[in-house]
Amino acid sequence: MSLNHFLENAMSEWMRVKGADSDVIFSSRVRIARNLAHIPFPMLSTASQSEEVIHLIEEALTKDDIPEILENAELIQMADLTDLQKRVLVEKHLISPHLAEESTSGAVLFSQDESVSIMVNEEDHIRIQCLFPGFQLEKAWKLASQIDDWLEKHVSFAFDEQCGYLTSCPTNVGTGIRASVMIHLPALALTQQLNRFIPAITQVGLAVRGIYGEGSEALGNLYQVSNQVTLGQSEEEIINKLQGVVRQMIDHEKQARERLLGMSPIQLEDRVTRSFGILAHARIIDSKEAMKRLSDVRLGIDLDLLTGVPSSVMNELMVLIQPGFLQQYAGEKLGAEERDIRRAELIRERLGMERD
Amino acid sequence: MSLLCPECGKRPATLHYTKIVNGEKTEAHLCEVCAQEKGEYMPGFDNGFSFHNLLSGLLNFDMVSSESPNIAQQKTMPRCATCGLTYNQFSKIGRFGCSDCFETFRDRLDPLLRRIHGSTAHQGKIPERTKGELKIRRDLEKLREQLARSVESEEFEEAAQLRDQIRSLQEQLSE
Repeated sequence: MSLNHFLENAMSEWMRVKGADSDVIFSSRVRIARNLAHIPFPMLSTASQSEEVIHLIEEALTKDDIPEILENAELIQMADLTDLQKRVLVEKHLISPHLAEESTSGAVLFSQDESVSIMVNEEDHIRIQCLFPGFQLEKAWKLASQIDDWLEKHVSFAFDEQCGYLTSCPTNVGTGIRASVMIHLPALALTQQLNRFIPAITQVGLAVRGIYGEGSEALGNLYQVSNQVTLGQSEEEIINKLQGVVRQMIDHEKQARERLLGMSPIQLEDRVTRSFGILAHARIIDSKEAMKRLSDVRLGIDLDLLTGVPSSVMNELMVLIQPGFLQQYAGEKLGAEERDIRRAELIRERLGMERD
Repeated sequence: MSLLCPECGKRPATLHYTKIVNGEKTEAHLCEVCAQEKGEYMPGFDNGFSFHNLLSGLLNFDMVSSESPNIAQQKTMPRCATCGLTYNQFSKIGRFGCSDCFETFRDRLDPLLRRIHGSTAHQGKIPERTKGELKIRRDLEKLREQLARSVESEEFEEAAQLRDQIRSLQEQLSE
């Protein structure tokens, strides 16, 4: 069936549910920013200078010492992709909106399993991103660092003793590292404890923001927690600090889940099964409601209130129900209302697949 | 149809103001860039009228406008010889143009980096290529401090040893 085929192609490794603490942490990401010495940053580089950057990376890819994970990887030029294709890559978190929308000479390469993407001519010449399912920050950092080491043998990076790796934006200077986790906090949200948490986290130099939705709204109770500071601390210190804070958030979320289950089991079960019912039968659903219901269902799965539905349903569907994906799946441009109909259809099909 | 800036004739005039000098009223229309270049600046004038201002305001390092620059200051504004970016432009856009900007603006970067990161010195990874040399230089720094201390405390035997070590490291660097 077409959906099955599409899911196979559309699924990235990070959307699968595995890795430590994957009931709370959906994914872990590390990206490092690097620039080549002697070439202006992408914002000011000429077309031929941007081409030179791409050429240097392509040349590095031909070397024998290429990390195994990047074997056979090819650079894809942004100019060769349609807007819809770029949008799908953004929705899969494989490229940044900046690369898709603003870069004139951008390119990207992916590892076979899509756990590594290297963006070229984004805000910086090079952005190495490693994205893993579950709570695996250290593994993501090690892989990113290994790719960095390899690349450094073939190109010369802009580096300064005092400031470290030089980046276009002063907020990335030093290590150039941005480590983040995607964390699902339905119970802390339900018990209204998030307002207490978020200011405390910001105070220790980390940032929390909703992954989907705008402003303070976090659709599907999904948040991104990331480091803000990149200078004055080593990469390991940055990762450790983030890990420590996230570990506490995981514990509090798990405690809140247990308490909810203990205090109002029938109410919680009702919430979960009601949301499942809507997802399984709705004919029109907007992304806001879909994310809310998916969050309930995922919480139900994690607490064994729902059986027979794999926990990866939310991880997959939260990406598949985005506008770009819906349109790629439909093979045509869709208006908002048509998307709501397609979205409901896709969710029903996906949930139905598990019951057969 | 928006009015073109009479100065450059290219960009739309986004600043419209009336100047009164000695009771004589003149109206002026300029684009943002030309207004900056002419040094036409009035307190409160450039607050929050462009996206880039807003951005640098968010990053909280729009030092230039808070210092109320005048024409003379505008002219001495450091400009990166490699990419042509001025400090003023940097503080508005919030982005460096190339790696040489760091050297050009170094004197002004410390307060900015401290505000963002709480620190001004890189502690993380060092590229393998630069590593050897950098390590020697850091070792040298440490040895020199030790030397100063041992001279101060009149431990001359130790000082002589340190001096030898420093000399050998310096030779390695110059090789």
